[in-house]
Amino acid sequence: MSRGSAERQDGAAWAFLAPALALILVFFVLPVIAGLVLSFTDFDIYAIGDPRVVRAIGAQNYTQVLGDGEFWNALRNTLVYVVLGVPLAIAASLGAALLVQAPLARARGLFRVVFFTPYVTTLVAVAIVWRYLYHPRYGLLDWILSSLHLPTIDWLGDPHWAMPSIVLLAVWKNFGYAMLIFVAGLQNVPQELYEAAALDGAGGWQRFRHITLPALQPALVFVTVVTLLANFQLFAEPYVMTQGGPLRSTVTLVMLMYEQGFRWWRMGRAASIAFLLFALMLGATLLQLRLQRERAS
Amino acid sequence: MSAREARRDAVRTRRARHALGGRTRPILALGTALGIALAAACGAGCRSGKEPVHLRFWAMGREGEVVTELVHDFERTHPGIEVEVQQIPWSAAHEKLLTSYVGRATPDVAQLGNTWVSEFVALHALEPLDARIATATEARPEHFFKGIWDTNVIANVVYGVPWYVDTRVLFYRRDLLARAGYREMPTTWAEWRRAMEAIRRTEGPGHFAILLPTNEWPQPMILGLQAGATMLKDDDTRAAFESPEFRRAFDFYLGLFRDGLAPPVSNNQIANLYQEFGRGRFAMLITGPWNLGEFARRLPPGMDAAWTTAPLPGPDGPGLSMAGGSSLVVFSGTRHADAAWQLVEFLSRTEQQVRFYHLSGDLPARTEAWRDSALVADPKMRAFGAQLERTAPWPKVPEWEEISIRLQDQVERAVRGTATADSALATLDRDVDRMLEKRRWLHARGLDALRPAAGTTGVRVAPPARVAAAGVRASGGPGRSAAGGGR
Repeated sequence: MSRGSAERQDGAAWAFLAPALALILVFFVLPVIAGLVLSFTDFDIYAIGDPRVVRAIGAQNYTQVLGDGEFWNALRNTLVYVVLGVPLAIAASLGAALLVQAPLARARGLFRVVFFTPYVTTLVAVAIVWRYLYHPRYGLLDWILSSLHLPTIDWLGDPHWAMPSIVLLAVWKNFGYAMLIFVAGLQNVPQELYEAAALDGAGGWQRFRHITLPALQPALVFVTVVTLLANFQLFAEPYVMTQGGPLRSTVTLVMLMYEQGFRWWRMGRAASIAFLLFALMLGATLLQLRLQRERAS
Repeated sequence: MSAREARRDAVRTRRARHALGGRTRPILALGTALGIALAAACGAGCRSGKEPVHLRFWAMGREGEVVTELVHDFERTHPGIEVEVQQIPWSAAHEKLLTSYVGRATPDVAQLGNTWVSEFVALHALEPLDARIATATEARPEHFFKGIWDTNVIANVVYGVPWYVDTRVLFYRRDLLARAGYREMPTTWAEWRRAMEAIRRTEGPGHFAILLPTNEWPQPMILGLQAGATMLKDDDTRAAFESPEFRRAFDFYLGLFRDGLAPPVSNNQIANLYQEFGRGRFAMLITGPWNLGEFARRLPPGMDAAWTTAPLPGPDGPGLSMAGGSSLVVFSGTRHADAAWQLVEFLSRTEQQVRFYHLSGDLPARTEAWRDSALVADPKMRAFGAQLERTAPWPKVPEWEEISIRLQDQVERAVRGTATADSALATLDRDVDRMLEKRRWLHARGLDALRPAAGTTGVRVAPPARVAAAGVRASGGPGRSAAGGGR
């Protein structure tokens, strides 16, 4: 192949890529750069009224955010959600996937749809229903607890229970998505492996442990990373359920960012929180990938 | 003719042509030609006489619903002005107003919670109204409650006219107070406290004299206002919660919890406020006008004579309360400032204020409206009338809502004993000082964002020189939720 035609091909490739690259540049790269610049300024409500009063303040946003108890509270709440939510979500979706793929299962299509429905339902509608379920006087959950003669729980009103309640809602709402990925993974496991293992006398647990799990490894990595990233960005669930209360026990990092940005109009401060969150998520993801690689090798 | 009007005309013509069918086309063509000729001859000057001014009016929540009725009357008496009322839910109002400002799509005239005024002044979004008020007949300061009017004055420039008011008074169980030996609600802090102690004695354990939910900041703030605290100092650029005045109020407030007169619970921990009040779990609470209706509806039947309202006691005689409510403002981007002002004038009339009260239940901001029989006849309403003579605004700074949330956090810590009063107030001052850093910078540079920017449209009023700090001391109304008449 001559050099000329290679160059022509390069040119053609760039031409084909150009629209997508332009979109990424305009709607992703530039905003991210703008956000980064913003995080080193004190852009606020006064600056919206008069852009001349914006100041470059270096890393002050970062130092102030890190020196503020609000940030650490939000970080703690977010981590509680991640630590509780990620394993629970993976367990729930894997469990559901195994159930709908079980050889004995009937009406698989129906169950798959039913399990997937929460994921595609609007959160606001779901929140209304769950607020009833969680209601300390009229709620189903407390009705069950009290009929079992257990003490009832003020799910969303008690600072200790509010975040676990949000976890429960979010797991129920989102497990369908990961379930579909696991189902796809399970369908790719050759049936012969199970048959061979059964002939060798492997029980159900052993088959799961030594065939299903290794076969699902890529799906598991993907689901874990995606769930982790999504959980770090928790916002909508507490926003519609508790508005961050009670006693700021459900304020997450993204909600703190939203408050700073769109309630108090401290855009610079909000941008700095966004980049801190980004660093945190990047770190968590890298760590997680490394752990999984080590386990695999 | 604006682009929009032109578009509408084009649509109208097209529809007409369609309706009339092909035969009339020549006539129409003639008419159109005539119209164009007329318009050309007329020019910009007589457009206002022909084309109605289209006024965009944003109002929130329930107010937005009921105001349409008043607006119909306005349109009847003001031919040439048509008003489009857009109703915005309270929960979205603040954001929508701000984004409309950023997107240059603000309405001509709007209802604004009076704690938001300072924020929109900082944005240079509001039209200064002094020149118009000087020649006005209805919207004049002497017609309105002073504390409420003050919420609209930022650095001595008026930016809004009060529409309705919201304040807090004492709701109390008259029977429990009588059992404790008091026929009337006392008017001084010392007597008030003695009455509470007496109630605690007669009612016994499990019962409290007053409910002050620990997650509500207006109560400690009102006590601060009463004691003469300004909350902020140095032209609203520094926090002043450690001042002796605020400290006095804070100690009084904390003392009520320490001595078991008030239960240290938040709103969320009160399962049913009305039931508990009906059962006498607490004998008093400080709340707003919306609860008049709620109490009448939700208390057990036959309780009506057992409770009533009273103006708030103060350190040495009747005390201040907060000046909340909503104002009517004209946005600086408007091309119809005159028409917008006419609407403000119309809604400020006594009879319209009374009508608005009957439609919405919102308390009139105009003093004459309080002579209306419905307001005079209701003994429980009278406390509000009396209290409105004694209201004061909060500091009028855009940061106020954020400050109030910090205050609430620290108050709660002090009440629950996780911080001492000293450390709570010191933390508060430190945090608030940090929030106000930008204001100090603006102030030092003379770039005072509170001054109207050069080049805003409409009537330009030279801002009077800043008066001494006491005079400037601006502002404030209820929190956003309070402005919404929320709970």
